[in-house]
Amino acid sequence: MADEKIRFEAVSKRYGSLTVLDQLDLSIGAGEVVSIIGPSGSGKTTVLRCLMTLEPVDDGVIWIDGIPLNKELRSGALIEASPAHLRRMRTKLGMVFQNFNLFPHMTILQNCSEPPVYALGAKPTEARSRAVDLLKMVGMESKQDHYPAQLSGGQQQRAAIARTLAMQPEILVFDEPTSALDPETIGEVTEVIRALATKHSYTMLLVTHQIDFARDISDRICFFDKGRIVEQGPPDAVIDSPKETRTQQFLRKVAKAR
Amino acid sequence: MTPRPTAMLIPIAFLGGLYFAVFSNVASFLPALLNGLTVTIQVAIPSAILAYAISVAAGLGRLSRNAAVRLMSGAYVEIFRGVSLLVILFWLFFVLPEFGLTLSPYVAALLGISLNAGAYGAEIIRGAVQAVPRGQYEACVTLNMPGWRKYSRIILPQALIIAVPALTNMTIELLKGTALVSAVTLVDVTAAGVRQNQLTYRTIEIFSVLALIYFCLSQVVRFAGALLETGFNRHLRTGRS
Amino acid sequence: MDWRWDFTFETVIPRILPGLWVTVEVTVLSFFLALFLGLFLMLAKRSKISFLAFLAAEFIEFMRGMPLVVVIFFLFFVLPMAGIYLPPIWTGVLAMGVYNSAPAAEILRGGLQAVPKGQWEAAYVLNYPPHQAFRRIILPQAVGPVIPGLGNLLILAFKETPLLSFVAIPEMLDTAKRIASETYRFTEPLTVVGVLFLILSLVSAVFIKIVERHMIPEMRHGR
Ligand SMILES: Nc1ncnc2c1ncn2[C@@H]1O[C@H](COP(=O)(O)OP(=O)(O)OP(=O)(O)O)[C@@H](O)[C@H]1O
Ligand SMILES: [Mg+2]
Repeated sequence: MADEKIRFEAVSKRYGSLTVLDQLDLSIGAGEVVSIIGPSGSGKTTVLRCLMTLEPVDDGVIWIDGIPLNKELRSGALIEASPAHLRRMRTKLGMVFQNFNLFPHMTILQNCSEPPVYALGAKPTEARSRAVDLLKMVGMESKQDHYPAQLSGGQQQRAAIARTLAMQPEILVFDEPTSALDPETIGEVTEVIRALATKHSYTMLLVTHQIDFARDISDRICFFDKGRIVEQGPPDAVIDSPKETRTQQFLRKVAKAR
Repeated sequence: MTPRPTAMLIPIAFLGGLYFAVFSNVASFLPALLNGLTVTIQVAIPSAILAYAISVAAGLGRLSRNAAVRLMSGAYVEIFRGVSLLVILFWLFFVLPEFGLTLSPYVAALLGISLNAGAYGAEIIRGAVQAVPRGQYEACVTLNMPGWRKYSRIILPQALIIAVPALTNMTIELLKGTALVSAVTLVDVTAAGVRQNQLTYRTIEIFSVLALIYFCLSQVVRFAGALLETGFNRHLRTGRS
Repeated sequence: MDWRWDFTFETVIPRILPGLWVTVEVTVLSFFLALFLGLFLMLAKRSKISFLAFLAAEFIEFMRGMPLVVVIFFLFFVLPMAGIYLPPIWTGVLAMGVYNSAPAAEILRGGLQAVPKGQWEAAYVLNYPPHQAFRRIILPQAVGPVIPGLGNLLILAFKETPLLSFVAIPEMLDTAKRIASETYRFTEPLTVVGVLFLILSLVSAVFIKIVERHMIPEMRHGR
């Protein structure tokens, strides 16, 4: 791929004796939208958390724009990354959590305007006007002075997306952004994500259980099992004519559940 | 319960204590202190039992459908939580005789301590009963359980499990409360220590022994509570997310 | 029984009210001392230096099993032996401050623990520097859960002040005992003290409820 944005190179992650990621190799191009599907416990969340540097990886290197993320180049050798390096690299990354993790003591607007000030050193007035724009974009401008607890799940998640965008990341990471939501509010969140995937140039990595949604917005789908990518390819190929039996089984189960 | 490093200190302290007791001048005040300890224990155990009984009665009373029962339990809790134990003890011992009711020091101590602890315990029991999920009550209704059975078989057992940690703390507070019984002329371990201090002026030794004694007593209570908790929770460990 | 109202109003209440002032003074001062010490204890208990954490944890456990009278007597006898002569009231404040630092530390720690882990993670992925994350995100959320606990601790401290009468600090109960020994009448002084305690703790409980209700109301049903 010409302009590669993210590369996992033989990344392994273990919890005690449990190997959650097993020599994972994954490469994502700039502007590409990749969805990860797979059974529960297969390590989907772990991939995202390792990419976000929320979890240290045990082996392997994650590269972003050709720069190692979990390591640092010092006089020709790769050493463990320092907190400062991680901070610098994280400015390219933004994450949307399954349970939103909005700050409950701040209004929606403060949630979106304060992080750029305290983490990036942005000017408060600029951060504020950007936050207002972003809230408008996700359809939350009328709720900007509400506190998270006063909002529905779907509204909270849209606000959380705006907060993530306020940090001006290049890569967006979503961990099951709709699975904590009531069925009737899922649509408003998927619409926002769809717009991000189609109208903007973000590189996106998305874990979801909504197969149809993943098919709609993704350039590529990866099927995960036991810490490895079992099968990947264009959505139609993976979903309509999976080659691996484990993928077929999983998709059959999901289809039945629907 | 995770094993706490202090558990190892206890045998060491015991052996060290033996040496100390026999070969140092601790021997001069230790017998008096241990006599006091006997009084402390004689007060603590019955008043703890009494306090648990009061807790359950007043705790359920506060949730009663009968307004008069609710009011009385509420008044009891507020009065005995609101006034210091020491004031209660003085009052029981020195003022109650004015009303024609003279209590022996021991009975006054027992009553004062258990009424005081029971008021805190009642709130614990009430909170725990309310913490039993609604579904449990609804299941009782659908199963047509009579009211008292619902409480004795379903609600209270679950509430007690919830309440164990808080009741453990209450019991330790009760134990600490027994240090005040010198107000009603009983000589417990604290009073004995203070008296010995005035006689022998071995302040550091006496108070170290005193502190160790209370530490051991409270650890026994804590350990018993932890044991009870794990025992109760045995059946619940799976099946709860 | 004979209850003498004239004695109650002319002798008992005028003499006990100054004792009430001492009680309030000791309560408030010792409470702030306890908060201050408790903060350090809590930080020590959370510290990465495991020996420090161990010491703090054991001190807290030790203090929680210790009757306040023992602490009071100990300081009262030991400080002069060490050549430190404080006015009795300050010894009392010190004793109650040290004694209550253990529960204060536990309450403060509970407040921090009540902040969900996701809040740390969100601050982290938003690239907050750690101290900013603590100050702007975690701390403000820890304040709410801590208020009721500290309020109760304050009321408890208030109710513990009569123990200072053991070392003749002129708070309410001590004053009542003095009146009783001078006049041989126990009923009125002791009852007045009891009623005063009751009124004051009921009032302060209501006050704390109000503070709780007005503390950041939007967050009340937050996660
Ligand atoms: N902090 C942790 N400590 C120990 N084990 C963990 C930890 N986090 C995750 N695991 C384990 O790692 C495995 C993969 O977890 P992960 O959360 O990545 O799964 P997932 O694919 O996201 O599943 P789900 O669809 O249920 O969210 C699971 O078996 C899980 O139990
Ligand atoms: Mg997951």
